[in-house]
Amino acid sequence: MHRAHFPHRLLPWLLVAPQLLISAVFFYWPAGQALWQSMLREDAFGLKSTFVGFANFRRVLSDPAWLNAIQVTAVFSLLTAFFSMAIALFLAVQAEKVVRGRAFYRTLMIWPYAVAPAIAGMLWLFMFNPSFGTLAWPLRQLGIRWDPLLDGEQAMTLVVAAASWKQISYNFLFFVAGLQAIPRSLLEAAAIDGASARRRFWTITFPLLAPTTFFLLVVNSVYALFDTFGIIHAVTGGGPGKSTETLVYKVYNDGFVNLRFGDSAAQSVILMGIVIALTAFQFKYIERKVHYG
Amino acid sequence: MAEISLRDVRKSYSGLEVIHGVDLEIADGEFVVIVGPSGCGKSTLLRMVAGLEEITAGEIAIGGRVVNRLEPRERDIAMVFQNYALYPHMTVRENMAYGLRIAKLSKAEIEERVARSAKMLELGQLLDRKPRQLSGGQRQRVAMGRALVRNPAAFLLDEPLSNLDAKLRVQMRLQIKELQRTVRTTSIYVTHDQVEAMTLADRLVVMNAGVAEQIATPAEIYDRPATTFVAGFIGSPAMNMLPARGLGDALEVAGQRLAVPAPAGRDLILGIRPEHLHPAGPEEPGFELHVQAVEWLGADAFAHGSLADGTDLVLRTPGKAPVRERDRLKVAPDAAALHLFDAGTGRRL
Repeated sequence: MHRAHFPHRLLPWLLVAPQLLISAVFFYWPAGQALWQSMLREDAFGLKSTFVGFANFRRVLSDPAWLNAIQVTAVFSLLTAFFSMAIALFLAVQAEKVVRGRAFYRTLMIWPYAVAPAIAGMLWLFMFNPSFGTLAWPLRQLGIRWDPLLDGEQAMTLVVAAASWKQISYNFLFFVAGLQAIPRSLLEAAAIDGASARRRFWTITFPLLAPTTFFLLVVNSVYALFDTFGIIHAVTGGGPGKSTETLVYKVYNDGFVNLRFGDSAAQSVILMGIVIALTAFQFKYIERKVHYG
Repeated sequence: MAEISLRDVRKSYSGLEVIHGVDLEIADGEFVVIVGPSGCGKSTLLRMVAGLEEITAGEIAIGGRVVNRLEPRERDIAMVFQNYALYPHMTVRENMAYGLRIAKLSKAEIEERVARSAKMLELGQLLDRKPRQLSGGQRQRVAMGRALVRNPAAFLLDEPLSNLDAKLRVQMRLQIKELQRTVRTTSIYVTHDQVEAMTLADRLVVMNAGVAEQIATPAEIYDRPATTFVAGFIGSPAMNMLPARGLGDALEVAGQRLAVPAPAGRDLILGIRPEHLHPAGPEEPGFELHVQAVEWLGADAFAHGSLADGTDLVLRTPGKAPVRERDRLKVAPDAAALHLFDAGTGRRL
């Protein structure tokens, strides 16, 4: 590496200052606040707070509602990440085969990404609300007892569908780019070697897409954990009961609805830990299987 | 092992025909090279045999079986690509075994075949490496090995050496030739390099603009080119082409009368290879050549110059011959090695 030389010692600091400032204001400061707040207990009127050490953490970790949220989050995140990636990959592979109007299809596929999470949630709500949803009636005609307001599993299906749908475009975009980076001659060679289309996909295309898939796995896990608050809030509000209350939703609920700041802060600190651990795990164990061309 | 036959094979892309009906019969075990400038359709033709491009019209048969409608995998062929197309995530061994696994051969059989091919191509040390850990020449050999293990009815090679440096190319050329001699598998080899074409081919197909201009042995192509295109494409430096006019019992060219019988009153092109010109004797009719540049190659030299009427001419002389720039010398063609073409059609008379 070539060492850069600056005419003035201050200049490099000035150049990185905007980035540092943004990180400091929007990450380190609030994260530090959360860390501090997670060790405080506020009285009912918000007049004074007492330092309680790890008491908040102890309470959160032994709270059955929080353990339930962990389970809900795991189910929700796995399903969302899986379906949004699997469907996006399928669509990307199909779009590759289209010769005429390829750009048109691609553009259509990318549109949902421009829809804000809350609006995406409302869209799905309007389609599937048991009383006024456009598609709720046909579902019931098909003999399905469609009632996500009472049935926790149906509510989960609905938020997973909405959250996946929202993310499919993003994944699609990356998969299309990944597919285009695979030389055609490799697939032709495999075809001549006797591989059927299905086999070519699983033995050539899929392994060579691994860098893209891995990147999307990390991004989608983080998306499912954090960015789906808007959708859950709009579609189910965490209900019925607590069947769609994910960790992020619970942080919001406890902090801003129930005003239990200490608990909420402790939960967000734990959540941060979980995401860091998950990402570290993905990089350490899954990335090993990734072949970078 | 199989013979391959192409009967009036055509290819069009949205109405525009790019291959205009090629007929070619390849015998079992024969090594045929398709040569031509880029864009002449040679790769397209090969890809049609492979099944990677659809055939618009005509018929292709491999081993007596028409394959027009068959998938590449049903054609029992192996192909070597210009960029080798090795599977980057697999080791050399896995690359070679890929087709065999699909064919559901037994583990022992796969092992044995890979070992045998690896030995033929000196790949033994490299079996556990990934393609990116190999040099260009090694990758090329792996690509050959992957074709070889399958023991197919035919090999199709699409410019397999054009990504290698000059020295390696010569080495691999010899190796490919030797290999083909050993396994005697019918092969079609596409190249734009005339040296590769001449040295490898049992028979040569010279293509130009979607048409097979001539199909013959390298010697015949060199000695009796069928068209001015073939004459100009094969041979380096290219054959001299002089506008001429037939006089019945003689030929008028560049203001000279040559005692060569030629149809009276016809516009012709006289082709003379650079090595078929020699310094003229005092009484001999010849051309006055004004030498403008001399390329000295050691064993021989090429003198580039022009005639009085401005026609360019190249002369090959022994390396030690005292030809210098700005020399004026009289040269005469070897009467036995002249080529006459019709000026209108470009066909040989």
